[in-house]
Amino acid sequence: MGERLSIKTERDEQQLFNSRAIVAALIVLLALTGIAARMYFLQVKQHDHYTELSLQNYQRRIPKAPTRGQIYDRNGVLLADSKTKYVLQIIRDGVPDLNGDNLRRYDDIEVLLGQLNNIVTITDKEQRLFMQQLRKKSRYQPTVLKENLTDVEVAKFAVNKPRFPGVDIEVRMERNYPYGAVASHVIGYVGRIDERDMKNLNRDEYAASTHIGKTGVEASHEDRLHGQTGYLEVEVDAHGQHKGVIKEIPPVGGQDLFLSIDINLQLKAEELLKDERGAIIAIDPSSGEVLAMASVPTFDPNLFVNGISHKDYIDLRDNPDRPLYNRALQSAYPPGSTIKPMVALGGLQEGVIWPSKTTYDPGFFQIPGNKHRYRCWKKSGHGAVGIDRAIAQSCDTFFYDMAYRMGVEKYSAFMRSYGFGQLTGIDLPSESAGLMPTPEWKQKRYKQVWYPGDTVNIGIGQGYWLATPLQLAHAVSTTAMRGVRIKPRLLHAVRRVKNEPPEMIPPDYLPKITLKNSRYWDLAINGMINVVNSSYGTAKKVSEDISYTMAGKTGTAQVFGIAQNAKYDAKRLAKRLHDHALFVGFAPANNPKIAMSVIVENGGGGSSVAAPLARAIMDEYLVPKPKVDPNAPTDANVTPTQTGTTPTDPLVNNKKVSATPTGH
Amino acid sequence: MFNSLLPPIVVQILQRLDLVLITALGLLIFVGGVTLYSASDMSSEMVYRQGLHFLIGGTLMVILSQVQSKTLRQWVVWLYGTGIVLLVLVLIIGETKKGATRWLYVGVDIQPAEIMKIAVPMMVAYYFSEKSLPPRFIDIIIALILIFIPMLLIMKQPDLGTSLLIAVAGIFVIYLAGMSWWLIGGSLAAVAIAAPLMFHYGMHEYQRQRVLTLISEDVDVLKEGYHIYQSKIAIGAGGIYGKGWGKGDQSHLDFLPERHTDFIYAVFGEEFGLVGNLALLSLYLFIIWRGLYIASKGEDTFGRLLAGSLSLTFFIYLLVNTGMVSGVLPVVGVPLPLVSYGGTSIVTLMIAFGIIMGMKKRKRIYQGDE
Repeated sequence: MGERLSIKTERDEQQLFNSRAIVAALIVLLALTGIAARMYFLQVKQHDHYTELSLQNYQRRIPKAPTRGQIYDRNGVLLADSKTKYVLQIIRDGVPDLNGDNLRRYDDIEVLLGQLNNIVTITDKEQRLFMQQLRKKSRYQPTVLKENLTDVEVAKFAVNKPRFPGVDIEVRMERNYPYGAVASHVIGYVGRIDERDMKNLNRDEYAASTHIGKTGVEASHEDRLHGQTGYLEVEVDAHGQHKGVIKEIPPVGGQDLFLSIDINLQLKAEELLKDERGAIIAIDPSSGEVLAMASVPTFDPNLFVNGISHKDYIDLRDNPDRPLYNRALQSAYPPGSTIKPMVALGGLQEGVIWPSKTTYDPGFFQIPGNKHRYRCWKKSGHGAVGIDRAIAQSCDTFFYDMAYRMGVEKYSAFMRSYGFGQLTGIDLPSESAGLMPTPEWKQKRYKQVWYPGDTVNIGIGQGYWLATPLQLAHAVSTTAMRGVRIKPRLLHAVRRVKNEPPEMIPPDYLPKITLKNSRYWDLAINGMINVVNSSYGTAKKVSEDISYTMAGKTGTAQVFGIAQNAKYDAKRLAKRLHDHALFVGFAPANNPKIAMSVIVENGGGGSSVAAPLARAIMDEYLVPKPKVDPNAPTDANVTPTQTGTTPTDPLVNNKKVSATPTGH
Repeated sequence: MFNSLLPPIVVQILQRLDLVLITALGLLIFVGGVTLYSASDMSSEMVYRQGLHFLIGGTLMVILSQVQSKTLRQWVVWLYGTGIVLLVLVLIIGETKKGATRWLYVGVDIQPAEIMKIAVPMMVAYYFSEKSLPPRFIDIIIALILIFIPMLLIMKQPDLGTSLLIAVAGIFVIYLAGMSWWLIGGSLAAVAIAAPLMFHYGMHEYQRQRVLTLISEDVDVLKEGYHIYQSKIAIGAGGIYGKGWGKGDQSHLDFLPERHTDFIYAVFGEEFGLVGNLALLSLYLFIIWRGLYIASKGEDTFGRLLAGSLSLTFFIYLLVNTGMVSGVLPVVGVPLPLVSYGGTSIVTLMIAFGIIMGMKKRKRIYQGDE
């Protein structure tokens, strides 16, 4: 009985177990199916996501900076290059461990320096600086021991490198401007990329670059100069150790730029302006290429490359002569009488004057019904003057009258067609548009109506009108080309691949100025020729011994407003309140090769101060240089030593009696 | 057919082994070795040492497969009792490593908790085998006490993971013994209610952190979530066919932590892909089912319960490890059974398989003697 019960129990228990085991087996199946489903989710559904994460894990892109393009002048003279610099540096953690305590103590390092000294000369100062730096840095960071290794030192170290684990030579590129302060406003400089730069640039492209163009051509042609960043794609492990190279894309060097600048002409221009403040711009009228653009004083761009010292920067910034400022296109001055040939063209075009038109100049102009006298610079008056004499003698009354009758709307519109009040679009940053005033502008700016007197004033390039020296040079170039306008530029040619011929940049034509009668150009240009070459021209003195035909126009821009009837007395005025001396011109008159503007700030009279500078530049550019002969007479060329006011010049004295905005 | 060629003692040993299970285990061990070779960056040294673990484990497995259920029953109380004593000793004079006191030094370091992985289900199975089944409520309570004593001692070390696994092994016995479905349902409900309380009051901060890591997506992947993050990347990047043997970047470039031990499954998943995973899971499923099948052919209730619960414990190790590595369960230090590198786990598991096979009903070879 007990036996049977036991058997029955045994059978029941077996059955009970079997049913439980089957349920358990099904649960196991279910659970493992769940795991399989999870695997499906990870390995199929989210495969791409995790592949991406996996690549991020172990692939590192090490960007390689491209070599910045070089900058040359139009004749291939090097103006900016990237110098290679070798820097010896040490990573403390990599240095052999003499004590075996895994600490790489400082005496370990000193032993190493002793050994290194046999290969590369290390001065006490370098060693002291290095030890100071080393204590500040983490043991994994490189510390610079010596900068500017010579090629011999680099070679010697390379041979011995296996003996010095933890010591490395880093190659750094450095921008160098061999001409220093010459043409620094044009070339500009590079500087370390700062946070402001970071906002605007493509971070991938600049991943390895430390420097970026900050001003000048370095900034405006940054895209061409920079080149394309290459990269090394390496495999790293979880500790950041490199395991191998996956892919390498070498960087592509930047383009070499050939500027339109002729460095000899530039040197001449800067030398002529020495000890002055001013600008000289020379343009090739047929191409718009800027041959020289001097803004004096200048600064040394090399100071900026690796971060200018605070003192140097303060000196430059607070210098009252503002050397960092590019006067050629950042400063706008009243253009003064330099614009009279263009005013005449505008009058002819609008029919306000005509070729045979004469105006009687009693020494002043009066608006009908108004007593105010707008004085001509010549107190006694020019008498009856036609267009030619009005330009050559810079008769103010002729242009007062003409502008008054032309009206501000037409006047401004014509000058705008010449480019005044607008950016020239030159390939340099920070250009000023100057100001070509209109009644709307005055209403907006001063909440005042435009008075007829305002028109009279701008008729001789005074009043509200402001122009940059570059705009003046561009305008005179347009006149020389009889209305053909070409955008001024500094880029002459680019070389994309080393050792290949450079590609020339074609001229960029702007809308042409077409006059009703093309003879009008002759009238204006003849007037300008007579400024220089006639017995009655305001700048007749500069044509002495000249071998080509020069056309030009003098100008004097008033800085200090003088009350009606008061006298301008240069001696009693501080130098900074003296008039600006201006001159625009081109040559040869019948086949223009050079057009230019000159401004000498507070220089005095345009004819005496600015015109000789223009002559000197034109001579430099147009006259073939004689063979160097120490016995040859040296007075053949106008020398730039005549700068500054020359009180003996009667024209200057005459001008000084003028009490109204004037020029000649 | 070998019977006539082999000496009778070998024939007898072979007859008590389950050759189907052994073949499956052999296949798994082979796969494990292949994976370990890759995970250890082609270190034959490590594979060789792992081979030694299997040699020791395999020997013990064969020996234990010869032990009949009625013999084993005589050892149960001693084994369980010794285990409890050792666990108490651990808490008194144990060695502390990394903030946990789990080891006893007796010439070599031993981990008494490891003994309990087998001793606890054995003890509970023994207790039930003395009773008529399905168990009465009081029997279940006594069984739970038998489980909770070692569990609490291990929790004290602290080693929450092992204590839970040991508890689960004991509970499987209760389940297999026929605990009523109502009670099972009720208990599960109670656990569901108790879990949040346990989370807030019963866990250490690091344990809570591990659970949170699992739930939250925006954990700091470089700290708390790093293991799971890297492991999921490895598996996910493996795709359908895997990157190929020895070509797992995640593991070879050292991103995957503990890649020869607890996280070896991620190495496998990265290199062999979903296809490999499904094959491996199928192999595991087969082994577990075979274990349950052998259990159902057990000599007696004790044998069935013990073999069944050991098979299910093996399953739980698998589930916890794969769940952890694939990011659905919290990080608990549980190796992938028979694949992860490590002697202790392998020897314990091989002993368990030896016991499972030993529980099988003997064929009546000596029928004539009865």
